[in-house]
Amino acid sequence: MTSSIRFVFVLIVGCGRVGSSLARAMLSQGHEVSCLDEDPESHARLEVGLDGGWEDLGGQFTVGAGLETEALEAAGIERADAFIASTDGDNTNIVISQIAQRRYGVPTVIARILDPLRAEWYERQGMHTVCPTRVAIDMLESAVLEGSTRETPGPSSDPAEAA
Amino acid sequence: MYIIVVGAGKVGWNLARELLEKNHEVTLIESDRRRYLTVEQELEHNVTYGDASELWVLERAGIQRAEMVIAVTGDDEDNMLICQVAREKYEVERIIARVNNPRNKSHFDLLGIKPSVSATDLILRLLEHEVPEYGLVHLLDLQEEQLEIIEMLLGKDSGVTGRRVGDLEMPEGSLLISVLRSGKGFVPGPDTVLEEGDEVLAVLDPGHEEQLKTLFGPAENGAGSDG
Repeated sequence: MTSSIRFVFVLIVGCGRVGSSLARAMLSQGHEVSCLDEDPESHARLEVGLDGGWEDLGGQFTVGAGLETEALEAAGIERADAFIASTDGDNTNIVISQIAQRRYGVPTVIARILDPLRAEWYERQGMHTVCPTRVAIDMLESAVLEGSTRETPGPSSDPAEAA
Repeated sequence: MYIIVVGAGKVGWNLARELLEKNHEVTLIESDRRRYLTVEQELEHNVTYGDASELWVLERAGIQRAEMVIAVTGDDEDNMLICQVAREKYEVERIIARVNNPRNKSHFDLLGIKPSVSATDLILRLLEHEVPEYGLVHLLDLQEEQLEIIEMLLGKDSGVTGRRVGDLEMPEGSLLISVLRSGKGFVPGPDTVLEEGDEVLAVLDPGHEEQLKTLFGPAENGAGSDG
């Protein structure tokens, strides 16, 4: 299918539901994945649904805060091709993304920002942002519009069916 | 001047009060509801409730016409971003940010947040004045690396009350830098005798906290008793 798959080294800071799922997905596609999280317990979340241990499958996990340069370096930021800030704090994500970009020059930096207003502003400043709230708003809006134009909303009205 | 102060902790509240006394127009923003209600009893309409990380809260406070924004919350990320947005989005001419953890200072610099003020820097600057040579070079070297300043209140059962500072077995990489006694602070010398109720400040390499806690905490057999 794909003529040339480029394998990357991705550092994910914030190993919650989003971070850990992304980490697993990227690892299974053959990429090198390193996760950084303050909470040692979040390591368990990485192994949900996996056949083996996270490290056995080639993953890397570091305990530390994204604001600590030592932790970032231990997690391999200096050789990262991509950096994803997906902690549960917008402010943390915005700050560490800028650190990844400006201090370490990571080529691809993506910040998850829940606050749509700030996501929009930082996007305009050149930051690559993903705003789940914005996505949810758009989806809900189109779901509502779609629903109200439909005659019979069946019990399992999956928006995907209409597509 | 119209000044927005973010964070109504001790620093922010007092700062707002002082600025109001100097006839500036001030809005203090506090995100904790209870704290806000407390402060509001004194500052009334000069304090507003909200999370200043959110743009609409800043706009409601009138950031478009603010001449200065001072972020002194207890959270370094908040302080950094509030100042960044104030300067870059709202073109506020002057910003001042508080650094809570000196290790984050380089992040403030990286984002161009200047000036940023940290208690650690202030105490070190004071030290430069007060203690001409003793330990000074060493401390300034530490500042570039990592360093912590901790405060300890000496209780009745502290193992160091009644002892000379010069006789204390301070762990290597730590130094007692000030003593606050009955509201007055001073730099202790080797002959200073510590008393119950003294608040002492020590500067140290990270990792020595436990040793200092043991030294300044309850004398012997105090292990495991949290108070």
